[in-house]
Amino acid sequence: MAKIRVVIAKPGLDGHDRGAKVIARALRDAGMEVIYMGLRQTPEMIVAAALQEDADVIGLSILSGAHMHICPRVMQLLKEKGLDDVLVVIGGIIPDVDVPVLEAAGVKGIFLPGTPMQVIIDFIAGHVRTRTEQV
Amino acid sequence: MKAAAARTDRERWARDVLEPALARAPERDGPFTTISGRPIARLYTPEDLPGFDDARDLRDPGEFPYTRGIHPSGYRGKLWTMRQFAGFGTPEETNARYKALLAAGGTGLSVAFDLPTLMGRDPDHPLSLGEVGKCGVSVMSLADMERLFDGIPVGAITTSMTINSPAPMLFAMYLVVAEQQGADWRTLSGTIQNDILKEFIAQKEYIYPPRPSMRLITDIFAFCSKAAPRWNTVSVSGYHIREAGSTALQELAFTLRDGIEYVQYGVDAGLEVDDFAPRMSFFFNSHSDFFEEIAKFRAARTLWAHVMRDRFGARSERSWKLRFHTQTAGVSLTAQQPYNNVVRTAIQALAGVLGGTNSLHTNSLDEALALPTEAAATLALRTQQIIAHESGLADVVDPLGGSYFVERLTLDMEREAREYFDTIDAMGGMVEAIEQGFPQREVAEASYRFQQAFEKREKIMVGVNAYAQPDEPPFPILYIDDTAATTQLARLEGLKRRRDNDRVRRSLDALQTAARGRDNTMYALLDCARAYATVGEMCDALREVWGEYQEEAVI
Repeated sequence: MAKIRVVIAKPGLDGHDRGAKVIARALRDAGMEVIYMGLRQTPEMIVAAALQEDADVIGLSILSGAHMHICPRVMQLLKEKGLDDVLVVIGGIIPDVDVPVLEAAGVKGIFLPGTPMQVIIDFIAGHVRTRTEQV
Repeated sequence: MKAAAARTDRERWARDVLEPALARAPERDGPFTTISGRPIARLYTPEDLPGFDDARDLRDPGEFPYTRGIHPSGYRGKLWTMRQFAGFGTPEETNARYKALLAAGGTGLSVAFDLPTLMGRDPDHPLSLGEVGKCGVSVMSLADMERLFDGIPVGAITTSMTINSPAPMLFAMYLVVAEQQGADWRTLSGTIQNDILKEFIAQKEYIYPPRPSMRLITDIFAFCSKAAPRWNTVSVSGYHIREAGSTALQELAFTLRDGIEYVQYGVDAGLEVDDFAPRMSFFFNSHSDFFEEIAKFRAARTLWAHVMRDRFGARSERSWKLRFHTQTAGVSLTAQQPYNNVVRTAIQALAGVLGGTNSLHTNSLDEALALPTEAAATLALRTQQIIAHESGLADVVDPLGGSYFVERLTLDMEREAREYFDTIDAMGGMVEAIEQGFPQREVAEASYRFQQAFEKREKIMVGVNAYAQPDEPPFPILYIDDTAATTQLARLEGLKRRRDNDRVRRSLDALQTAARGRDNTMYALLDCARAYATVGEMCDALREVWGEYQEEAVI
């Protein structure tokens, strides 16, 4: 079975990358192929990487409060590139009131501080497109 | 003889008292380690301090090496400064919060800037999208600095500014505001964080590569020693290193080694160590593992005193004394059951006070969810006031001095920090160690180890991996919308229309000339600030000269 390919990125100006790095390692240890893009990635860079890397999943870590600008833009660009089936998950400090708006924009998993790594791993494994569907 | 008798007595205790007790009621599973993974013994006794001589190894407070504190009378003279970090939205909104904090008995201000300001970008830069005024206050030019301190006499208070890569730009603006208010730079007091090394290690808010970044810092050392001698030129910070997941020891060792690097660069730039070292201060995290934190603070003072006297030959006692600010651990706060955070913060604040902190920020209970509401920020300040006035802690100096456990931990951390110093010295220094990714890797490893311990429930976070409570009621938070961005974008446009743009251009050109040559950049930056050049313009001018740092993304 092909490995699940995950792009992990930190969009925006925030440099607090502890969460992004820990989840990147945890996903890799869980057997996924992780492409860690690092800091200060624009939505355009993230979507271009997802396309180039044939990613199944995009994971974004945002703690600065910029998620309401960044996430809808990522979703829009994915649609434009025909990558609607890429699973998008985000982690960070996301106020409750923003959750339904992000979900409506197509973000499938929203993980708040304190989420065990295993919950995120299981969520990705359970929601990612299967390789057979891609054919 | 006495020691031998004590040993025999302890053997008897272990045989006759401890072992039967353990047979009846075994200990919990453990592992008995600190939050940093340091093994902890069941009991500490004089045998854990072999050869420890109070007179030699534990000098009185106010005396070298200041293990028991830098003030002979501790907090009996002056309490620590209660300095609450705050900033959000527009300068006017933050100005109102500052006035409320001062009215509530806060004794110093601490400015939180938004990410565009911290990264030297104007609000109209593409990367500023969604970030203006979110994590702090947006200050893009002198005009905003004027608004931020409107009605607040900067000569009468002390202000700490958490700003690093653009520290010289924001400091220049603050100095101009002081000038406008008629305050004397020579008596102006406050701090700029200005600690770029920990940005490369942990928080990642860097702009320029390490070496030109160090040049900006030594320029500030030289400028302040002449023009603003009471200003604290750098706050060498372990806080962010710890928040990024380091152990307590790594926080201690990397922070002090960063301090050594700054002193070395200052000396190499031709400065006299006693002319600038007394204005360096430190900033530590206070995490939840109570005794390890207290030992860390005590070890920090001891190490610094030795480093300054023995390594740099500093002769002034003021150079030997490590002064530090403490903030409770943001990373320990949980989004779940937020009221629990009040208790965590109180315990961490106690550790800071028992460690002899010179100033303290206590986090608000809602900070795992958002920036704090005013009510939450007030409660955080009250926590400090209760410790100061009700607990009795402020009436006695270093009450844990002489504790077998605390002294053992202090000595161990001191020794292990020196081992880290040796490793980093062997690499050529901290700049070289950072270029090789050494501290970054150490912190990432420690952070992953903690995460694994948390997942295995070896380390418990109450309300998260134990005692969780499904269906928690919603919690009211401060929601910061985009009105600040709209305001600031409009202001930026207006500013560029109204100001003398030729003067701006000339001041930026002069800044580039200073940066290419050897002139102190602070004087050029003061002219840029007076001309109302923006933070983005000043930072861009230097980007053109020095380029930008790109870190290799490693996990």
